[in-house]
Amino acid sequence: MVELEPAPTPSAMPAAGPVSWRASSDSTRPSPLLVKPEPVTPEGSVPGAAVAWDEMFESAHTPRRAYKQVHSALSRMSGDELRSRVDALARTYLDQGVTFDLGGEERPFPLDLVPRVIAAAEWEVVEHGVAQRVRALEAFLADVYGPRQAVADGVIPLKVLVTASNFHREAAGIEPANGVRVHVAGIDLVRDEAGTFRVLEDNVRVPSGVSYVLANRQAVSQVFSEAFGDHRIRPLSDYPRRLLAALRAAAPDGTVDPAVVVLTPGIYNSAYFEHALLARSMGVELVEGRDLVCHHGQVWMRTTSGERRVDVIYRRIDDEFMDPIHFRSDSLLGCPGLLTAARSGHVAIANGIGNGVADDKLVYTYIPDLLRYYLGEEPILDNVRTWRLQEPDARAEVLDRLGELVVKPVDGSGGKDLVIGPQASAAELDALRTKIRLDPRGWIAQPVVQLSTVPTLCGLELQPRHVDLRPFAVNDGDDVWVLPGGLTRVALAKGQLVVNSSQGGGSKDTWVLRAAGSKDIEDRATHRRRPVPVLPEMAEPDPGPDDETTSDQQQQQQQQQSQGIRPVRC
Amino acid sequence: MLSRIAESLFWIGRYVERADDTARILDVHLQLLVEDPWADEDTACRSLLAVMGVPVEADHSEPVGREDVLVRLAFGPATGSIVGSLRAARENARRARETVSTEMWGCLNTTWNALPDLESRPPDIHRFFGWVRERAAIVAGIADATMSRNDPWHFLVLGRSIERADMTARLLATRALVSTSGLAWPVLLRSCGAYEAFLRTYRGVATDRHAAEFLLLDRLFPRSIVHALQQGEQCLSQLSAAEQYNDRRIGVRDDARRLLGRTRTDLEYRALAEVVADLPEEMDRVQRACTAASDVIASRYFPHGAATSWVTEYS
Repeated sequence: MVELEPAPTPSAMPAAGPVSWRASSDSTRPSPLLVKPEPVTPEGSVPGAAVAWDEMFESAHTPRRAYKQVHSALSRMSGDELRSRVDALARTYLDQGVTFDLGGEERPFPLDLVPRVIAAAEWEVVEHGVAQRVRALEAFLADVYGPRQAVADGVIPLKVLVTASNFHREAAGIEPANGVRVHVAGIDLVRDEAGTFRVLEDNVRVPSGVSYVLANRQAVSQVFSEAFGDHRIRPLSDYPRRLLAALRAAAPDGTVDPAVVVLTPGIYNSAYFEHALLARSMGVELVEGRDLVCHHGQVWMRTTSGERRVDVIYRRIDDEFMDPIHFRSDSLLGCPGLLTAARSGHVAIANGIGNGVADDKLVYTYIPDLLRYYLGEEPILDNVRTWRLQEPDARAEVLDRLGELVVKPVDGSGGKDLVIGPQASAAELDALRTKIRLDPRGWIAQPVVQLSTVPTLCGLELQPRHVDLRPFAVNDGDDVWVLPGGLTRVALAKGQLVVNSSQGGGSKDTWVLRAAGSKDIEDRATHRRRPVPVLPEMAEPDPGPDDETTSDQQQQQQQQQSQGIRPVRC
Repeated sequence: MLSRIAESLFWIGRYVERADDTARILDVHLQLLVEDPWADEDTACRSLLAVMGVPVEADHSEPVGREDVLVRLAFGPATGSIVGSLRAARENARRARETVSTEMWGCLNTTWNALPDLESRPPDIHRFFGWVRERAAIVAGIADATMSRNDPWHFLVLGRSIERADMTARLLATRALVSTSGLAWPVLLRSCGAYEAFLRTYRGVATDRHAAEFLLLDRLFPRSIVHALQQGEQCLSQLSAAEQYNDRRIGVRDDARRLLGRTRTDLEYRALAEVVADLPEEMDRVQRACTAASDVIASRYFPHGAATSWVTEYS
């Protein structure tokens, strides 16, 4: 349901101008209204359906505990101030080029000033649930491209696996050196009407969006600094280091100081900003397919000092474009021979080839069972209820209730081709019915989930808008680490349930609070100031040529000048 | 060239660099204060001011805060502040207008015209610091593109190099302040614009030790202390090229070069652990060497005819 795609520029976005500190100094703006959020009324929902969970408000005017400080900081702010913050935020993104590419045009990624706050206890569930899910997906992928024990034991039908459009038999037999196929995962979560987190979809191919998480934090922490400082927010800055460590850990056995590269399709890719940011913050090369060459079962990059061996490729291009020998022969983005090099264990490819089978939405319905099967644990995070349309009974029920459900293609990412029953016309539903009858494997159906809402600035009013959450997990082979935060996407249109940015979606900074009982919280409780070292005094800055002693000269110089101008009278 | 002009160029170099580096240091430390409200603001600000060489009253009944730091180091009139430095740079350029290119003068003058003061504070302080860094970069760029590589250029770069070594030393001395917030080196590296260069150099296997090494000793990164000192030495050697015949055989005759060179080699030829052990003390030494070198340069190249004032003798 959710996807990162280019978004229209919000009207509040000022035009980029020359940099000056004066940019937002005009204080004579008319004061706009800051309206208190109203209780949420679901729109476009089935009559009698549950009301969405509001993350800030417990009841009409009482904020939840985690949001108290954000709420009071926002209430203290005048309209002028709010406006100048919003402007500053937008300007930061334009200046830094935090943009999406839409048909060759760069658009800034809309970022909302109001952060989403997740309390420590809530986060603990997400953190463990996501890590558990990633471990299950790892076991599943190793099984799919290996012994297929789960098929033999009847947990998942073989037919479901091999008909998944991103299942690649070419990946069979590629054994990662440290056993990791899901180096980075983005598990999309939503909160249902009861506030429970549920998994909406798994992304273990090339999950994108983490750069926006990092960029959002940097921008919001500066622009909304007083509220930021009031909280103990878990930092995100560790992500590049963790990712690099995981990539280095994936290097072929026996590699000393492995060379890691990020493989990008190029500057016209919509996520190029992210590729560049990751390469830069890890201090590794950002390469395109044409920078690579394969021979002798090895991958090399062309440098000014000759060819240099590559050990780990963090690829941000799809499987089909990786290697024209095995996949699309017209691909210019990959490099011929990559797959052979990977198979012979001379290069590690992250994430693994063929991971897409786990992203398939029909396979998704089997993940809770697979998790129990592989790990012997109960899933911490549940799926959203889903009907498998291949099963005749389920199909009949869905076709009957089509007007109340959401129907999604199994291989579509994001809101592409998705149909929301209550909002669809009769003609659309009829067309959908035909499609489902013709290709039941191609679709799944889910109830309409009223995604939770967070107050969001619309113009200069705060209104509840639906959000989802994509936490990112990094697996280094020993441990699955979940970035404390994640990408919160928000649907900016009223009542919109698809947070897809191509449909007017934006994003929010996600603040994960530290657990109570941690040292910082104790500090706060006792109002104890953390001691700071006292530094010795250093010398004053060297003074320049002394201005004071020349003041006499200055006077005389002025005098000389004025005498020169004075008309001579004799 | 005229001593007076040489002096002006030397000080344009110093003042612009001072404004640039002060903006970088303040940017980091003010952000730290915001992000870490549990730090003791009074001590943190006192320490920062002390390292920057601003005397603070020892009276602890009057707490020192963010506001004092801004007044003393950003908007106040003293030449230690950003505004004061840029104003002084412009004054020096005015004295040397016939030597300074029109473009450079224009740039410094535009900067001066746009300077805020205590009353007209910019609303977004980080944006202001960004602006200062950008203006400094423009001055450096214009100088690089328009000045012949003769004596005026060498004086300008000499001033810049000495100031840079001085300020990087002060920045490193604040390490203890930064590290209690749990951020330490990445923050210091970022404030020098060195973070990405650092990451590319060490390819992600970086530790605190590497970061110290980088800012102190890297010969290729332009803001490291060793690089700045080395550049200063090179300028001095160019300036006295005509008299260097004897230097080919024995030692170095130029006192300023000796001071800079000795400080540099002292850093380069000692074990890193030894230098890092008492960083504030070591950095104080570097800073004092810069001051001493500056004084020697002034007395050698910028002799002041003391303005003689005649007193009428009454009988």
